[in-house]
Amino acid sequence: MPSIKSRQNTGLHIPDPICRPGDEPDFSGLIIPEAGSVPRPNFDAEEKTLRSLPYGLIRTLDDKGEAKGDWQPNASLESLIIALKTMLLNRAFDAAMFAAQRQGKTSFFMKTSGEEALGAVPSLALRKDDMCFPTYRMVGWLLARGYPIIDLINQIYNNAEDPLKGRQLPILYSAREYGFYSLSGNVGSRIGHGVGWAMAKAYRGLDSLAMAVIGEGTTAEGDYHEALTFASVYKAPVILCVTNNQWAISTFSGIAGAEETTFAAQALGYGIPGLRVDGNDTLAVWSVLEWAAKRARAGLGATLIEFFTYRAEGHSTSDDPTKYRPKDEPTIWPLGDPVNRLKQYLINHSAWDEKRHQDAISQAELKVKKAAKAAEEIGILGTSKSDIEEMFKHVFEEPDWRIKEQIKEVGI
Amino acid sequence: MPSMNMIQALNSALDVMLERDPDVLIFGEDVGYFGGVFRVTDKLQQKHGLHRCFDAPISEGGIVSTAIGMGAEGLRPVVEIQFADYILPAYDQLVSEAARLRYRSGGDFTAPITVRSPYGGGIYGGQTHSQSPEAIFAHITGLKTVIPATPYDAKGLLISAIECNDPVIFLEPKRIYNGPFDGHHDRPLKSWKEHPQADVPEGHYTVPLGKSRVVREGSDVTVLAYGTMVYVAEAAISETSIDAELIDLRSIVPLDIDAIVKSVKKTGRCVIVHEASKFGGFGGELTALIEERCFYYLEAPTQRVAGWDTPYPHAFEWDYFPKPSRIVDALEKAIRV
Repeated sequence: MPSIKSRQNTGLHIPDPICRPGDEPDFSGLIIPEAGSVPRPNFDAEEKTLRSLPYGLIRTLDDKGEAKGDWQPNASLESLIIALKTMLLNRAFDAAMFAAQRQGKTSFFMKTSGEEALGAVPSLALRKDDMCFPTYRMVGWLLARGYPIIDLINQIYNNAEDPLKGRQLPILYSAREYGFYSLSGNVGSRIGHGVGWAMAKAYRGLDSLAMAVIGEGTTAEGDYHEALTFASVYKAPVILCVTNNQWAISTFSGIAGAEETTFAAQALGYGIPGLRVDGNDTLAVWSVLEWAAKRARAGLGATLIEFFTYRAEGHSTSDDPTKYRPKDEPTIWPLGDPVNRLKQYLINHSAWDEKRHQDAISQAELKVKKAAKAAEEIGILGTSKSDIEEMFKHVFEEPDWRIKEQIKEVGI
Repeated sequence: MPSMNMIQALNSALDVMLERDPDVLIFGEDVGYFGGVFRVTDKLQQKHGLHRCFDAPISEGGIVSTAIGMGAEGLRPVVEIQFADYILPAYDQLVSEAARLRYRSGGDFTAPITVRSPYGGGIYGGQTHSQSPEAIFAHITGLKTVIPATPYDAKGLLISAIECNDPVIFLEPKRIYNGPFDGHHDRPLKSWKEHPQADVPEGHYTVPLGKSRVVREGSDVTVLAYGTMVYVAEAAISETSIDAELIDLRSIVPLDIDAIVKSVKKTGRCVIVHEASKFGGFGGELTALIEERCFYYLEAPTQRVAGWDTPYPHAFEWDYFPKPSRIVDALEKAIRV
């Protein structure tokens, strides 16, 4: 039987990652510019003057936790501490819920590991009247805005207090009051809703905006290109984001087109600015969002942002990442860990220290533990659920005869 | 009361709603300055402004997706898909998003959108301008599917659709835009002028979704139809001495089950007519409902007259299109037993 390598020797190019399980992880091919090396243009700069940005990488925090260059957010140390605490809470929440799934308390869970900044920071950097069209790795948005942790867990357990009444898979939250659009398990199918929402705001003459996020794997869906077209054509006040965490379940970003160009560069074809930013750099993420938001609110239209990051754990509770990538790859990701980098910055500015950090971790764990305990007292998947009539509600505004008859058939 | 053809009636509905409700806006391919390839949005941009009625990129998925986002925000977008044959790129948005948004979010977000689309055959439109896809929407829980058959209903149903807080697929039988068509393609065209159902009030009125219309009362057999087939069935009935009761369903979701059951229990027989191909068509659902609810009243097997189970063939238009003689045969079969 010929080896895999020799069987690959045809004219057809199939992208394949450099490293697979058993290989030494290797990120030496990544070009990582110095922190602060990308200049920050005025927010109202013409798109044609911004065309090198998608090929760079906006970084603010250097390896020592110092902020460099002019992509510095208008964020106080206090609000950065809130961001850090949110990320720690996110981490504690993920750990507890992952364990809960393993203990059979729910069917499914997805962690945010390594991408915590990308939920917390937009939530804090954008306004309360803005709407986020999130991915399933953005629970930090809700945590940063004080959404009750117990309600998240009630939803994950689908128990009798689940705000979505057992209709939705765990973690596919919906929270309009918190600026968090209804999640779905279909990837990419809501990015256009973000554009429509933003167009509605512009239609009404308001200056609030939408932020719509997908993963790099999903950029291959037509929905993404349709959304870019509409965003560009109507100058929608929307921030379109691609979280490039390198992996779509087991598929590396090369299968989505990352070998030939950057995801941010896809903006060029649509005539909108494309920013590529270090997604593990809280200050840089905050700063690019401020820039894009200012632009959108000024009526200058959409921006595409690529958050360059790394999915530090599996896709969900249903896959084992060591089966498709080197075990150590997450630990050598050259852009580090978002929590550690922000922590170092705050310590450097005497706004934080190791003790406060450990206290914050303990507090986060305690908060989650308390909420999980209270949720568990209500019930877990299989032991407690909403009344069965909830199954039939909200199909239409008013149930039609089919629903009414079927409710009777069930015997409610 | 002015006499309007169906295009004018639809245009009037849109005009009334643009005037009444600033949350209503219209977009779609060629609907802006030009007023749509069938002229349904004619002059609406000129009258109400560029931002109320505008052109969209050739992207059915993008049009519906954008409309859902606007609807979730609180607007009432009315979008046009130029031909129902082109709606499939938007099908994922309709099925996975519009139909389920209210349900999965527990009413947190809704999609009060209207998706208008000319559908059906009889215009020599070939495979890509003739299809009748109503069954693929009727099957999707969370979508309403409306099909008017008269200018009066077209306006009243469209206003109801726009005011409805659920997503509505509004299929316009384009063969009867300009006049009722009885299926005899070789006879002179009829216009809506002088037709009683072409008397259309100028202002706001509604025809409720889910209420059928008895076109002709009768006692021998019930005929269920919608869209163009209402007139083809009417012509067929008039060519027999059978006293058929003809019901125009007006909407297939919500379905006026009470009216159907009442009529079939009275007549004991039923013929269902639609343009869409037969297998898996909406006639199958109607047949099953009738069997479940009227079995002991039935005197004969329910007959279905439908498009053949082929793609819509261009040169064979009048061999494919369910013509009056096929309906006559079905009526005779239904009363023979």
